[in-house]
Amino acid sequence: MSTATLDLPPAVPAESRVTYLNATYGIKSWLLTKDHKRIGLLYLATITIMFMFGGLAAFFMRLHLIEPQGALVEPETYNKLFTIHGIIMVFFFLVPSIPATLGNFCIPLMIGARDVAFPKLNLLSWYVFVTGCLLALVAIFSGGVDTGWTFYTPYSSTYSHTAVTWMAMGIFIAGFSSILTGLNFVVTIHKMRAPGMTWFRLPLFIWAMYATSIIFILGTPVIAITLFLLALERTLHVGIFDPALGGDPLLFQHMFWFYSHPAVYIMILPGMGVVSELITAFSRKKIFGYSFVAFSSIAIAVISFIVWGHHMFVTGQSIYAGLIFSVLSFLVAIPSAVKVFNWTATLYKGSISYDAPMLYALGFIGLFTMGGLTGLFLASLATDVHLNGTYFVVAHFHYIMVGGAVMAYLGGIHFWWPKITGRMYPDLWARIAAALIFLGFNLTFFPQFVMGYMGMPRRYAVYPAEFQVLNVLSSAGASILAVGYAIPLIYLFWSMRYGPIAPQNPWGAKGLEWEAAPTPPPTENFDVMPVVTEDAYNYQPLKGAHHSV
Amino acid sequence: MAAIFPIQPPAASTIAGGVDQLYYFLTGITLFFTVLIFSIIFYFMIKYRRRSPDEIPPETHAPLALELAWTLIPSAICVVIFFWASYLYVRNSRPPASSTEIFVIGKQWMWHIQHPEGPREINELHVPVNQPIQVTMTSQDVIHGFYIPAFRIKKDVLPGRYTSIWFEADKVGTYHLYCTEYCGTNHSHMIGWVYVMSQSDYAAWLAGGEQNESMSKAGEHLFSVLGCSGCHVAGGDGPPLAGMYGQSQKFADGSTHVVDDTLIRQAIIQPDSVQLPNYKNVMPTFKGQLDEEQMLQLIAYVKSLGPEERKNGQ
Amino acid sequence: MSDAALSHEAHAHPPGFAHQFETIEQQREAGQLGMWLFLMTEILFFGGMFTAYTVYRSLHLPAFEAGSRDILEVQFGATNTAVLICSSLTMAMAIHSAHTGKKKGVTMMWLILTMILGLTFLGIKLRFEWYEDYIHHVVPGFGFQYRPEWASLGSQMGQVQMFMCFYFFMTGLHALHMVVGIGILTVLLIMTARNKFSPDYVAPLEISGLYWHFVDIVWIFLFPLLYLIGGRYPH
Repeated sequence: MSTATLDLPPAVPAESRVTYLNATYGIKSWLLTKDHKRIGLLYLATITIMFMFGGLAAFFMRLHLIEPQGALVEPETYNKLFTIHGIIMVFFFLVPSIPATLGNFCIPLMIGARDVAFPKLNLLSWYVFVTGCLLALVAIFSGGVDTGWTFYTPYSSTYSHTAVTWMAMGIFIAGFSSILTGLNFVVTIHKMRAPGMTWFRLPLFIWAMYATSIIFILGTPVIAITLFLLALERTLHVGIFDPALGGDPLLFQHMFWFYSHPAVYIMILPGMGVVSELITAFSRKKIFGYSFVAFSSIAIAVISFIVWGHHMFVTGQSIYAGLIFSVLSFLVAIPSAVKVFNWTATLYKGSISYDAPMLYALGFIGLFTMGGLTGLFLASLATDVHLNGTYFVVAHFHYIMVGGAVMAYLGGIHFWWPKITGRMYPDLWARIAAALIFLGFNLTFFPQFVMGYMGMPRRYAVYPAEFQVLNVLSSAGASILAVGYAIPLIYLFWSMRYGPIAPQNPWGAKGLEWEAAPTPPPTENFDVMPVVTEDAYNYQPLKGAHHSV
Repeated sequence: MAAIFPIQPPAASTIAGGVDQLYYFLTGITLFFTVLIFSIIFYFMIKYRRRSPDEIPPETHAPLALELAWTLIPSAICVVIFFWASYLYVRNSRPPASSTEIFVIGKQWMWHIQHPEGPREINELHVPVNQPIQVTMTSQDVIHGFYIPAFRIKKDVLPGRYTSIWFEADKVGTYHLYCTEYCGTNHSHMIGWVYVMSQSDYAAWLAGGEQNESMSKAGEHLFSVLGCSGCHVAGGDGPPLAGMYGQSQKFADGSTHVVDDTLIRQAIIQPDSVQLPNYKNVMPTFKGQLDEEQMLQLIAYVKSLGPEERKNGQ
Repeated sequence: MSDAALSHEAHAHPPGFAHQFETIEQQREAGQLGMWLFLMTEILFFGGMFTAYTVYRSLHLPAFEAGSRDILEVQFGATNTAVLICSSLTMAMAIHSAHTGKKKGVTMMWLILTMILGLTFLGIKLRFEWYEDYIHHVVPGFGFQYRPEWASLGSQMGQVQMFMCFYFFMTGLHALHMVVGIGILTVLLIMTARNKFSPDYVAPLEISGLYWHFVDIVWIFLFPLLYLIGGRYPH
């Protein structure tokens, strides 16, 4: 049944077996750990806290926007809220989310390694990330930032009187944690696969993480230097990006988007990898077109570096630049479409179960399809002129980031929860939460497409009364979404202590992490190092064989 | 239905209809594929639901033809959309030769609008119907965005340079004007109204109200007060400017540029960067001595000094 | 491989072996790949600055030339270039010496020479360039004063300050990398003194060498771009 040549011990309660959780005790054993699994959990705790800050900002924003003249705060404060929401959600939640938590935890297990290539560097990356978070929090609590997460100059370099430099430094430092993580993953995937684990036998999550890591390595340094130059401009009052002092504000935009466009693929590629795992596990089938999905991940990563200009179609750039960036932006959509079709086809004649992770994965496919297709409106030059800077863009990227990435993240957390904690969460509540999140999400963001085409600009603290109905619908959806997010927070915490003990492989899933490593694993992952003799998702040979569930 | 719960802004310009058509096509494609994917997923979810805990389904094979089909068909659709959108975009980027000009200066947090005939407005733009209008814009401070949803036009307004956009309003009425590039505290207050009037009403509006001198008259005044007329005469230290606007001009460093608004502005602020052959580099800079409105008035004056072959198509 | 076999092998593993790896060879390859990837990020990092420099230089060439010609002194830049190239040689010699099993004293000597050369580079930069720039008021943000001979640049005079910004940002970032490099060399020196290296195990020296050579190469790009534009000498 399994690919490893070992006899797994019977499913005994985790407490009476040595796992990575109970191998050593005490705060020092966690803060000085070199175990990738513990580091993944350290990241999980940190980004959950940051998510709450970012979510709180969104909550206040949507509450404020139920009234056309603003229900809650002054424009100055509203501007800080949307800035902080964007910065935290992008740089301190989404970018690290799946890679630093699920990636750190699962990659060595899935490829049959004892740890990542550089465990000490891994721990350092967490400390660097925490330092970045702390600087960001200093910026928030010392008055906030009001430039938008895009920091456009010369507003951010010369005019804003808020804690821009602190925040820029926080993002700068957090960026190094991304670089170290990406570097670690690339080396790990290249050099530490188990015997027999060839590239084309790797789970698709690994391909997705590899593609993401390429973007981490090549893109992040550019945002680092851009923000560094911005900080220097603010402190030394020299005019790098300020036209009044001889600089070029569009140079900032080019440098900013050179990273920030690939960054959005950092945020979605890992989610796509998770979805590949969930669809196969919960339909018990091989992925429909393995090499197409694998190569699509690489294609997306590569093409993502040459489309940044589509954020600048209305800045006055030349028509030719516009045409080139437009055609390339269409090109980057194709691999994503290929993936959606492959995932859907995987369901054909499958054995589909409705567990919460699967509900998240299926929701992802639908919502990502909508989000991705609305991207075509923005890649199209003529419609982008009308839609740029409106709520249409806001709706588009939230469909991908929240309807896509966050749902994939939650799906992955639920899928690997038994492996991580040795416990099961309550299934009924999980499905209720998944449904609430799906409904709340759509109610929040679908009206924003309509608002956008109607002309409502984004980043508006007050708006014309004719947009009120749509805004109220959106805020109502946000309250449902908030409840939907709160529920897993509660039951996942609860399950860590009171959840039923998880069996070795509760989903009957293929994969080294399920079949060759105990649940939860010991510190060194495997009692006996596995040898791989079959392709990924090879459910067929199991037909007829008894396997424990 | 549209009146009760509108899903699109009024279409009040000659290009709005074309943009809306493309938008509806894109919406159709989105709806089609969304419904397709959702339905297939829903159908498979039910038809192939797991019937027993140990169930292992049969293997299915992935024909290459199917993979190619769903790669090439979306690609073909994208190609169609790209060419359609690009055609509209390129066609909409060139203002017609018969355009009249209006000047816009964005500053935190209001729109200053200047008609060449003299009238000035704040946060309001009166225009005649059925007349192509080119709007030349610059910012006094940070980046702003000039957006009229009803016309389906938008362009960023940048400090230190000119951007331009054109439209031809084809429906009398009142429409929103927004700032659409976040510019600070009162970004959401930087809004206004566009009044499209019949041509006779517009003429009346121009004639009535506060009588400001025309932009080129104001520019002529500045030209003399600032001392430009001392050098820019035949036989003087500076080239005579009559007829220069819109012409291709060779410069001392060998390059050739069309004399447009941006070049004139650059000449006034950084004269040494636009040195002409056969003239010494003696023009002083006027950086900091003119605000953007005065700059536009001077440019209007230079333009008025002779025929222009073509408008700058920025 | 059974548990017993594993633990027996553990005693036979060379010093410095990290147990997430299966073999020392795997560890060495991982370290090399990791350092090359890190250097790629450094290329993108410096690359951002180089791009901004290139954009502004093409827009304001006369002012950049004036800054380079009138402020920067080629003799110091050239000397520093020679110093760094020599330091790459001494670094390579240190690795060679450890790899061929020479006495640790020899390796340590080469490492110390590399450090001395690195410190020489920083010393020349700090004392004869940056300090002089500071007292002659050409450090942006610290009382920058324009010189009369730049008046011919007219309104572009402000771009001389922009050039000096890039000069300090780029050489400053480079100097920071040098300081880190010297720190790494110190650690290597101590490791050598404690007999950590042998012909079979020189990985830390090798990958530090990669880093040092990279910092050297960045300087080789910086030197002509900053010091040699402006045509000091009549053709």
